[in-house]
Amino acid sequence: MTPTLTISRLTKRFGAVEALKAVSLALEPGKRAALLGHNGAGKSTMMKIVLGLIPFDSGEVSVCGLRPGSPAARVEVAYLPENVAFHPALTGEEQLRYYLALRGESPRQAMDLLARVGLAHAARRRIGTYSKGMRQRVGLAQTLIGKPRLLVLDEPTSGLDPVSRRDFYDLLDGLAAEGTAILLSSHVLTEVEARTDSILILSGGVLVAEGTLADLRARAALPVAFSVRPAPGHAPVLAAAFPEAALGEDGVLRLSCAQKDKLPLLARIASHGAAVADIDVIPPSLEDIYSHFSRRDGQ
Amino acid sequence: MTSRILATALSEFRIAFRNRWVAIATGMMVLFALVLAAAGAAPTGDVGVDRLSVTVASLTSLAVYLVPLLALLMSFDAVAGEVERGTLPLLLTYPVSRLEILIGKLAAHLAILGLAACLGYGAAALVAVWADPAAIKGLGALWRLIWSSVLLGATFLGAGYALSALSRRPSGAAGLAIALWLAAVVLYDLALLALIVSDGGGAFTTGALPVALLANPADAFRVFNLSAAEAVAAAGGIGGAAGAIPLWQSAASLFLWPLAALALAVAAFRKVTP
Repeated sequence: MTPTLTISRLTKRFGAVEALKAVSLALEPGKRAALLGHNGAGKSTMMKIVLGLIPFDSGEVSVCGLRPGSPAARVEVAYLPENVAFHPALTGEEQLRYYLALRGESPRQAMDLLARVGLAHAARRRIGTYSKGMRQRVGLAQTLIGKPRLLVLDEPTSGLDPVSRRDFYDLLDGLAAEGTAILLSSHVLTEVEARTDSILILSGGVLVAEGTLADLRARAALPVAFSVRPAPGHAPVLAAAFPEAALGEDGVLRLSCAQKDKLPLLARIASHGAAVADIDVIPPSLEDIYSHFSRRDGQ
Repeated sequence: MTSRILATALSEFRIAFRNRWVAIATGMMVLFALVLAAAGAAPTGDVGVDRLSVTVASLTSLAVYLVPLLALLMSFDAVAGEVERGTLPLLLTYPVSRLEILIGKLAAHLAILGLAACLGYGAAALVAVWADPAAIKGLGALWRLIWSSVLLGATFLGAGYALSALSRRPSGAAGLAIALWLAAVVLYDLALLALIVSDGGGAFTTGALPVALLANPADAFRVFNLSAAEAVAAAGGIGGAAGAIPLWQSAASLFLWPLAALALAVAAFRKVTP
């Protein structure tokens, strides 16, 4: 399949600072990729280059086979900026009618779009009276105009409550199922974990990791943690059997081991039978994996 | 292309309406025009022209100051405001060109200026015709004043967009707009007057002055309306030089300036990276 978005060896400098260093990636139709990174890692810069809002220094970027920012490319791409803003004097409906007209769509769809993001009740109120979450939803509604082949979403769920976030990812799933490629950035790692196909980690302008969560977990090879609760009166026995464990004040033993040693360790713990009251296996979280990759360059 | 321009114009008109710009512009025009009409009501009769033409001559002097001021006030925020509110990046990812955005804004702002001019001058004309039914002869001059005011407004709207794009901050753009108004409308004429006085009817007054008047859109507007109405005598001042300039030249200046200003605005807007 031809990728919707292809970036190869993209480099962008702001004066002496290299904001992006030889970044390469490809995003296929219907795939949802999450772009992670600290503030200043280059996420927004990369998105603005994909949208053609800012020029770049070297490398190649192709959006649906077109030059980013060209009139034909802009027809195919929808964008939700970080902290999206609108003119406070317009109502939600008027703002969407304007955006629909700019994309050559019928302005009559405005109410439908607002209903899809749960804003039908506020459609005739000025955006100046909206909360941040409501403005964010107007921003989401305008990305649904037409049939964009690429969605670029910068922190799309900031300001949304948990229920709205779930609804939002449901909307994205629907779009992806119809073939829209989605590039989004987020700080909320848990939702990214469940609702995207691949993860891209930017650190200091370098793409330090790319792949599915399972790939990244295997590559990071972070230790697995165990917490073992001894049965009443058996704590000393277990502590003696596992000298490497730390005994917490709550009486729980904490151990960790490499990924490949997980099952042997589990077997050793299980061999103590009734001395063990409970056991929890804690895999490395996405936060741990993210920190692992984004700190590799001493960031 | 036209639908995108129309949609932009409609949206901008709505914003200007809600921001009271329509009310402010028409209110100011009507107020000043009525004051002028009332003030000019007494000393007429022996000028040799109808009463409305005299009113138009005074309205011309008013419009030279007021129309550029209103145009700059409406336009200084056009690009800088979008930058400050953070609405520009999203707008520029839509399939709409920067030229289309500016023409859309221009259309909306011109409609407001046109409305303000029609209502303001119309009110003054009503007063003139009410006092002297023969003044109806001056309707041609009134119509000329209205459309030339719109052209003058277009020039300063374009200049306002250019300043807005250059400064990228509303406060800076407002300062530049006021500076431009002072320079083009007030100081330019003062400088010309000083030169005329020191020149004493020499080479400057006969050679360079007509060019200097045509080079300034506000002066070209004044010269055009006064010489077209043959009301030069009723105006005096800088306008007294109007007789020396052929009508087609001042008309050409009136028509070319809006195009030049728009070209400048688009060039400045293209340099804005969101």
